[in-house]
Amino acid sequence: MIFSEKMMQLLGMGIVESLYMTLVSAAVAYILGLPLGLILVATDKDGIKPMPRFNSILGIMVNILRSIPFLILAIFISPLTKAIAGKSYGSTAMIVPLVVSAFPYIARLVESSIKEVDRGVIEAAQSMGASTKQIIMKVLLPEAVPSLLVGATIATTTILGYSAMAGFIGGGGLGAICINYGYSRYEDDVMTVTVILLVIVMQLLQEIGMRIANKSNKR
Amino acid sequence: MKQQTAQKPIIQIKGLHKNYRLKDKEAIALENINLDIYSGEIFGIIGMSGAGKSTLVRCINFLEKPTAGTVIFDDRDLSTLSEKELCSARQSMGMIFQQFNLLMQRNALKNICFPMEIAGVPKADAQKRAKELLALVGLSDKATAYPAQLSGGQKQRIAIARALATNPKVLLCDEATSALDPTTTRSILSLLKDINQRLGITIIIITHEMSVIEEICQRVAIIADHEIAEVGKVEDIFTKPQAAATKKLVYPESKKTQSFERGQYLRIVFDGSTSFEPIIANMIIDLKESVNIIFADTKNIDGRAFGQTVIQMPDDKRAVARIVAYLRNKNLTVEEVCGNDIQ
Ligand SMILES: Nc1ncnc2c1ncn2[C@@H]1O[C@H](COP(=O)(O)OP(=O)(O)O)[C@@H](O)[C@H]1O
Ligand SMILES: [Mg+2]
Repeated sequence: MIFSEKMMQLLGMGIVESLYMTLVSAAVAYILGLPLGLILVATDKDGIKPMPRFNSILGIMVNILRSIPFLILAIFISPLTKAIAGKSYGSTAMIVPLVVSAFPYIARLVESSIKEVDRGVIEAAQSMGASTKQIIMKVLLPEAVPSLLVGATIATTTILGYSAMAGFIGGGGLGAICINYGYSRYEDDVMTVTVILLVIVMQLLQEIGMRIANKSNKR
Repeated sequence: MKQQTAQKPIIQIKGLHKNYRLKDKEAIALENINLDIYSGEIFGIIGMSGAGKSTLVRCINFLEKPTAGTVIFDDRDLSTLSEKELCSARQSMGMIFQQFNLLMQRNALKNICFPMEIAGVPKADAQKRAKELLALVGLSDKATAYPAQLSGGQKQRIAIARALATNPKVLLCDEATSALDPTTTRSILSLLKDINQRLGITIIIITHEMSVIEEICQRVAIIADHEIAEVGKVEDIFTKPQAAATKKLVYPESKKTQSFERGQYLRIVFDGSTSFEPIIANMIIDLKESVNIIFADTKNIDGRAFGQTVIQMPDDKRAVARIVAYLRNKNLTVEEVCGNDIQ
């Protein structure tokens, strides 16, 4: 199958747009999700700053957000998307629902990575007179880096999947091409190629992420 | 030679209680602990697993807040300090652990720098001191090694260097050698002894092994069932254990039931006033009397003999008198015992 020059350009743009949506959304979602995850760990009843009531309320809110499927959430919050991005379609606008649906998920990933840090190491830091802030910045985060990077890889590939779904509601990228050409116009070869491209991008992100994570680990 | 300790308590534990609140009930971890630990000494705390040793050591630096009672450290009542003041007090108390608790993502040098970062020591000074400490613990060549690349003994040496980084007055060791083999244990204990003598740091050793106490401690507290059963000099505890818990730790062999034949027995107590030499063998040669050794548990501590030996006496009354006189002449405590209370 040979595509026209125009189609090739379209597919190229699709890859760029997909990566743009995915990476920007992941970065913004981490800005929200990382501190939230840290708060979840620290305020746990066995955490370094136990606040059990606050912790369970926060946990419930995170779970509520996480339980709404991406497409439904994106449609539900489209007024918010419009308010923030100025319009509710296109790649940039899709970053809003992607972030909203990814950050609670990221908070849970961060929470589980940080909880892997050995209790004894935290105790050692406390015995040296470390403050809560020092424990977070000098023990919890640095010791969890390899695990956080594995989590970031999982989060990024998940967001890539969501971003493809966003094609249904006016998002851009490979997902939109797949839907607009493959699904609506029955152009099976375009559909096949976009699916293959999505798989390749997914594999690349996964591979790069895991390599960085393994390389960072000194254990 | 016993080291002279200054008679000023650096740590006073006063009426300390610790309960843990469980779901339905209060669990007692420590009950009415009173201890004075003197500046410059190596003090042991020994007890079975679950006795409350770790809880006690965590109360000493207030990682665990006592339910009642307090700890006076270096003339400051820790219960009156703010969280911030406590953090700075803790910088004067180093701590090492059974599982070493090193930062796995930092190399040895940066692990040693860690407490200095917390204390706000300028980076260049911290690096310089960390290198000195690496030399002190004999691992200068391991500066850039990560903990995963070190053996257990090496990890504990790095942990000791790290604990010393902020020039603490006290070093708390919670089962510091319990994860190590006997040879490595001995080398770590001799390093601790060396640190105590060279730097004058007070050391508190928590352990469940009598051999550790015997090796380096001057005084020891026995903790059993959440209480202090006995406190005293190591040699006194070894020769005249009072509490049942102590006897169990000092003579674990006596748990085995031994059946003795009828006859007359003599218990010889070695309390450290004699040097570690073959006294019984010499006696047999000198007196030309043969005796039967029934039970012997003597230890060599700093070249002195500690422990007890039970021998079976000959039937001849005069021979017995000569043996007793010979041993008393050697400054040994001897007592006649009958078969049932040999243990
Ligand atoms: N955080 C805790 N919560 C409840 N009980 C605890 C806690 N820590 C210790 N304990 C209990 O306190 C007792 C003493 O424990 P510990 O000090 O660890 O003993 P040791 O170090 O002598 O083995 C044990 O019965 C233990 O189960
Ligand atoms: Mg313990």
